Amino acid sequence: MDKQQDQRSEARPVLEGPDIARVLTRIAHEIVERAKGADDVVLLGIPTRGVFLARRLADKLEQITERKMPVGSLDITMYRDDLRMHPPRALARTEIPGDGIDGRLVVLVDDVLFSGRTIRAALDALNDIGRPRAVQLAVLVDRGHRELPIRADYVGKNLPTSLRETVKVQLAEEDGRDTVLLGAKPDTPGAHP
Amino acid sequence: MQRHLISAADLTRDDAVLILDTAEEMARVADRPIKKLPTLRGRTVVNLFFEDSTRTRISFEAAEKRLSADVINFTAKGSSVSKGESLKDTAQTLEAMGVDAVVIRHGASGAPYRLATSGWIDAHVINAGDGTHQHPTQALLDAFTMRRRLVGPDAGLGKDLDGRRVTLVGDILHSRVARSNVDLLHTLGAEVTLVAPPTLLPVGVETWPCEVSYDLDSTLTKSDAVMLLRVQRERMNAAFFPTEREYSRRYGLDGDRMAKMPDHAIVMHPGPMVRGMEITAEVADSGRCTVVEQVTNGVSVRMAVLYLLLGGAEPAVTHARPTEEK
Amino acid sequence: MSKTLIRGAKVLGGEPQDVLIDGTTIAEVGTGLSAEGAEVVEAGGKVLLPGLVDLHTHLREPGREDSETVLTGTRAAASGGYTNVFAMANTFPVADTAGVVEQVWRLGQESGYCDVQPIGAVTVGLEGAKLAELGAMHESAAGVTVFSDDGKCVHDAVIMRRALEYVKAFDGVVAQHAQEPRLTEGAQMNEGVVSAELGLGGWPAVAEESIIARDVLLAEHVGSRVHICHLSTAGSVEIVRWAKSRGIDVTAEVTPHHLLLTDELVRSYDPVYKVNPPLRTERDVLALREALADGTIDIVATDHAPHPHEDKDCEWAAAAMGMVGLETALSVVQETMVDTGLLDWAGVAERMSFKPAKIGQATGHGRPVSAGEPANLTLVDTEYRGRVDPAGFASRSRNTPYEGRELPGRVTHTWLRGKATLVDGKLT
Repeated sequence: MDKQQDQRSEARPVLEGPDIARVLTRIAHEIVERAKGADDVVLLGIPTRGVFLARRLADKLEQITERKMPVGSLDITMYRDDLRMHPPRALARTEIPGDGIDGRLVVLVDDVLFSGRTIRAALDALNDIGRPRAVQLAVLVDRGHRELPIRADYVGKNLPTSLRETVKVQLAEEDGRDTVLLGAKPDTPGAHP
Repeated sequence: MQRHLISAADLTRDDAVLILDTAEEMARVADRPIKKLPTLRGRTVVNLFFEDSTRTRISFEAAEKRLSADVINFTAKGSSVSKGESLKDTAQTLEAMGVDAVVIRHGASGAPYRLATSGWIDAHVINAGDGTHQHPTQALLDAFTMRRRLVGPDAGLGKDLDGRRVTLVGDILHSRVARSNVDLLHTLGAEVTLVAPPTLLPVGVETWPCEVSYDLDSTLTKSDAVMLLRVQRERMNAAFFPTEREYSRRYGLDGDRMAKMPDHAIVMHPGPMVRGMEITAEVADSGRCTVVEQVTNGVSVRMAVLYLLLGGAEPAVTHARPTEEK
Repeated sequence: MSKTLIRGAKVLGGEPQDVLIDGTTIAEVGTGLSAEGAEVVEAGGKVLLPGLVDLHTHLREPGREDSETVLTGTRAAASGGYTNVFAMANTFPVADTAGVVEQVWRLGQESGYCDVQPIGAVTVGLEGAKLAELGAMHESAAGVTVFSDDGKCVHDAVIMRRALEYVKAFDGVVAQHAQEPRLTEGAQMNEGVVSAELGLGGWPAVAEESIIARDVLLAEHVGSRVHICHLSTAGSVEIVRWAKSRGIDVTAEVTPHHLLLTDELVRSYDPVYKVNPPLRTERDVLALREALADGTIDIVATDHAPHPHEDKDCEWAAAAMGMVGLETALSVVQETMVDTGLLDWAGVAERMSFKPAKIGQATGHGRPVSAGEPANLTLVDTEYRGRVDPAGFASRSRNTPYEGRELPGRVTHTWLRGKATLVDGKLT
């Protein structure tokens, strides 16, 4: 990356490692509270980073409830509504915990909630897998700009953004460190003042 | 490879691994209560079969339906083709109906290539077997089966068949399965040996990226997979070999021969099997024989191919693999 | 009668000379000839050749007038610089009787563009079983001297022997299409590396070579002459070379396409490259060029084989075999033989006019460009280079393998017995 590009996409951290750990702990407590002990909760992360967040949440829930917490992944690629606008993407793993999702409280976990289209696709995908008692949504960052009537039940941080900005979540499992970066879209003319 | 799948030779190593990895995810759909994905909703796929092949056709049909495509089956028998309509006219008729993809099986080598390159039709063309030329989805499902069995379903993700030793036995001369497998297995890093009587090997085989042997017993002991090809009885009449008995004695796989193979080695067959000719019932029904798995895997691999060619704005397999999210 | 003065033409590629045509004959050849009373054609350094003679043309009439007629075929011939073509016998009905050969001969006379000499079938219906009435065809108005089952091989050794012997009575010649039928069942292309990969049925070189070997030995045994059609392999060259060294009376032809194209082109599965005998390998092409240069192969013959569009616009296996060739032959020979330094223009005249006329005993064709000879001439712009555009063909068919290919040389004028059939590249 050349210097100019670096400047234009200069991103500032809005959440650092300790903040992320803290909000995940809070979300875990909220899940236990709202789900009255969370004994029928199944956590499903949306690849890629939602899966790591779901595993971290599961760890925290296990510490709180001292029970094994079912956690899996839900790939929504084949359910996207913008498939025909891009070359096909490589598929990620869908891993449903052994007891399935029928009659249970599924908490979908994703890193960023934006247009809501990913979550719509996830709801469609869930529909083909089983019939949960209820579905809730946990996200690390809600950056607004919803295009569908979808909201999150658990939000790590509400982050009002401009459409010219990007939100980048980095997690240790994938990126080597925990951080949420807010930056300007590199290719948008006038994005940089 | 462009927007079509005509020959296994057109696939790069990365293309092939992407297809196998995608097929691995597709295979998991079969374990769900609803074995269907909405991915190709609104897309029309024609299965254009000029040759009888119920197993290949229903495999494609199952794959297309699991991806929610609209499926039209067109078989030459009883159609206008048997009344002398040309491939070109048939293609243009399908084009006029607005089909997105044509899965074609044809007795003439090169017919899918002609369909894809002659300008008769805009649709994606997937070769489901042409003459004695190519059968790329068969090679992909064979490679998929080998990778699952020899490397493992999860351990195999992202990997090829580097260093695996695969032996193909039988009528290489008339086999599109053999041609496709030699091309693809070579691309995936496997070491291929062809075993056949000299009469059933094509002139020019010495330029193929594989070894050739006339002796089955000496290759069995160093094979991770042995694939038997169907030997049609009518070949006997054209003097390709003297008798069925002599063929099976020299090139057929029976229990004694199978016992010489390494413990982990598998026996494969693209089907339909001629029991008593190239394979004995004992081998065909043994746990090392993957014939039934190959059929199952065929649907997953064909779903992967359909998704990667038709699922997006442009085919995924034409490009260098996108930056991988591990 | 009218006079034409061709001024400044390199006769057979030599120094520029003037050639005066008076009526149907060449009146004078020299420098500074008077143009008085004559129409002048400024040759400007173009090469003047004797009218070309094609010993191997398919005119398709009667029976397949949708692909070519005698008229369209002879117009194509004139465009290509030919003044005499030998029409193959595989028409519908087959030219195996005096009636059919006379019909074809008469149609040629009427066309006025090029003399047509019918070839008679060796066996009834080209079926290889029973000799056709060779003598009757010879004695007909068509005066047939060349007999061939071309398209099919006279594969039965006894029938071939009898034919070779029988035509000696009137100094005829059998032109053999050398193809062992059992070795070529289901054959689609040259058998080798490319056919193995493409999964197309192989046409092995040995199927041609074994028949040529047999036939030169038969010709030697019965003391006949034999002509080998469209020789296509390096091995065939060796056999003919050996036969000639033994004094066997054998002549051989090669097609322009076998001098230029190889089986690599079949990778496109485009049936425009489907031909019989098939396109061979680079090694064969080079051997054929060398053999044509050293005289082992006597002549170039086009095997002009027109087919309608629908017979080529299909899958390979369903397509007809053959290529049109009359209008591109000289260009391909210039590209492969002259521009490569293997032949001069006198050598081309020998192989495309003098010798084929001699083999076929064509009267009035293949004569020297000198005073008193029939004015059958062709003028070639050898400096020209251009892309082949089949839309401009005079042939009714367009199945050329050279579409879009850049080739040298262009025939600008053709005279048939003094009458211009082609002027400035346009048919009259």
